[in-house]
Amino acid sequence: MLSKALIGGKKYWMWIIMLGAIALAGFSSYLLQLRFGLGITGMGKNVSWGLYISNFTFFVGVAASAVMVVLPYYLHNYKQFGKITVFGEFLAVSSVVMTILFIFVDLGQPARALNIIRYASPKSLLFWDMVVLNVYLLMNIIIGWKTLNAERKSEQQPFWIKILIIISIPWAISIHTVTAFIFSGLVARPFWLTAILAPRFLASAFASGPAILVLICFVIKRISGFDTGREAIGKLVQIIAYATVINIFLLLAEMFTVFYSDIPEHSQYFDLLFFGTKGYYLLSPFMWLSMVLAWLSAFVFINPHTRKNDIFLIGACLAVIISVWIEKGLGLVVSGFVPSPLGEITRYIPSNHEIAITVGIYAIGLLILTALVKIAISVKSEV
Amino acid sequence: MKGDGKNEDCKGLNLDRRKFLKITGLSVAGLSFSSVFSFIPKGSFANQSKQKTSPSIRKWAMVINLAACAKRPNCSDCIDACNIVHNIPTLKTPKKEIKWIWKVPYVSAFPENIHLPVKNGLKGLPVMVLCNHCENPPCVKVCPTKATWKREDGIVMMDYHRCIGCRYCMAACPYGARSFNWFDPRLFLKTVYQDFPTRTKGVVEKCNFCEERVARGFLPACVEACKENAIVFGDLANADAEVSKILQERHCIVRKPHLGTEPKVFYII
Repeated sequence: MLSKALIGGKKYWMWIIMLGAIALAGFSSYLLQLRFGLGITGMGKNVSWGLYISNFTFFVGVAASAVMVVLPYYLHNYKQFGKITVFGEFLAVSSVVMTILFIFVDLGQPARALNIIRYASPKSLLFWDMVVLNVYLLMNIIIGWKTLNAERKSEQQPFWIKILIIISIPWAISIHTVTAFIFSGLVARPFWLTAILAPRFLASAFASGPAILVLICFVIKRISGFDTGREAIGKLVQIIAYATVINIFLLLAEMFTVFYSDIPEHSQYFDLLFFGTKGYYLLSPFMWLSMVLAWLSAFVFINPHTRKNDIFLIGACLAVIISVWIEKGLGLVVSGFVPSPLGEITRYIPSNHEIAITVGIYAIGLLILTALVKIAISVKSEV
Repeated sequence: MKGDGKNEDCKGLNLDRRKFLKITGLSVAGLSFSSVFSFIPKGSFANQSKQKTSPSIRKWAMVINLAACAKRPNCSDCIDACNIVHNIPTLKTPKKEIKWIWKVPYVSAFPENIHLPVKNGLKGLPVMVLCNHCENPPCVKVCPTKATWKREDGIVMMDYHRCIGCRYCMAACPYGARSFNWFDPRLFLKTVYQDFPTRTKGVVEKCNFCEERVARGFLPACVEACKENAIVFGDLANADAEVSKILQERHCIVRKPHLGTEPKVFYII
């Protein structure tokens, strides 16, 4: 079945070569980082996590969102998702690989990465994140592969796969919850110290992940002619609409508590994030852009005239993805560090190498996704 | 610089490092405790020697007298002494700096205390800050490899050989006390102090309460370097130690007490 990824036209191979080249460029930047240290990034003493951990957070969400196609299909027997469930699972696979890579490139001593297993520390959320992410990766590879294989041979799925699928549903929730807990349990960072963080993470994940899936469906239809069906996309859009609105609501609820209570320890972060201060407006324009995009896309998804229009739909999906990427990427991770515990306001601008490494990881993720989707389409077209 | 912390009596003994460690090891076991520390001048943490039954578990703590420190506004003796004995590199860019003990404005050190009336205009003066060696250290529980841990005597330790450089501890420290080696620190050292290891790039480090000196019966480098005796170090578990007496008699504060971390660096205001 794997060989199906090796059969493709000229355009397919151009795309693969292009992604490979981008990944290689990122890798050469990584070699430089390996040699000189993380000093070649824009991070520093005060902002000690940046673009890598932001992307890690975002893609854990995308990976978790596979549950939004798996759950209706397997628990509610929503047949329309039959064609796209495997795409959701493969999107999860490539996303989890990316999250592991983003953590890996963020390590100062990557050669010691296995210390996390050698000196396993159950009190550390990073340990648990490592556990849940790796198990989730394995689950999705097995489920996606076995399902596709059964489909190819026109057989029933083995019973144990169904059990694994049922387990994978709460597991998907767990990967994003644990990721939120990495942040929300730190006394040092009042910006993250909120019980609403995990629900917010899940809401924004269930908006951005399915939005990516909708885009994938459009791309597949355009390139291979494989139609996932209008109804499936319509259902996905419904999910995105609700998740987007819930996400906006949760953020507003957080902001109410922060601004009404007006404890400087909490409100100063939001003040800086949205309004900046003298000489520091770095993130505020992006944050406002994120807010506007979220509202606009919510409007497009809810309005029956716009949500049935492909152009509007694609635009709104892109808007949701960008909005969430800003909000829970740089907007969440970097803002937790500004101001620092000593009240210092530090500007964080990712360096070129840092961006190259990040884009390189995107390319690796897309390569894996392309190969897996290609296999899935080939199998599904044969049947 | 080497050995300048040694007391005269100690020089007479001419002990090598291994013997020192041996003796300290014995003292930890509760034996010959007083004899080890008797050479330290009175007025420092040597008050312990009075105590006949030595406590088996000590709690190291530090008290910094802001008024005494403020007498020399441009002094950096404690910082310099620490930097030398711990091989701390000098990096020009503040973003990539390594800091174990450093100066910050009063409002940065005590953001929640700015409404307190503080005498002598102390509010405008800088405060020496360092790792608080918390009784309940948030950095320790987040570490995914147990590369940082709290010893029985309260010192929060770092294993530079186990740290994977994930910087979770830096995100977790409410005092900004941890630094990361963004580059190879050895490139930024003018001289290497042989009694303390240098670090590699990609690991986190911080103040270790001079545990390597305390183990040999010396005071921390910053305490020793201070000409105003503004920093006092000693055993909190011993009621007769100077730190314990100061805490009973003077009004002392700690940084961010509401977080429940229980810092063991106190400030006399």
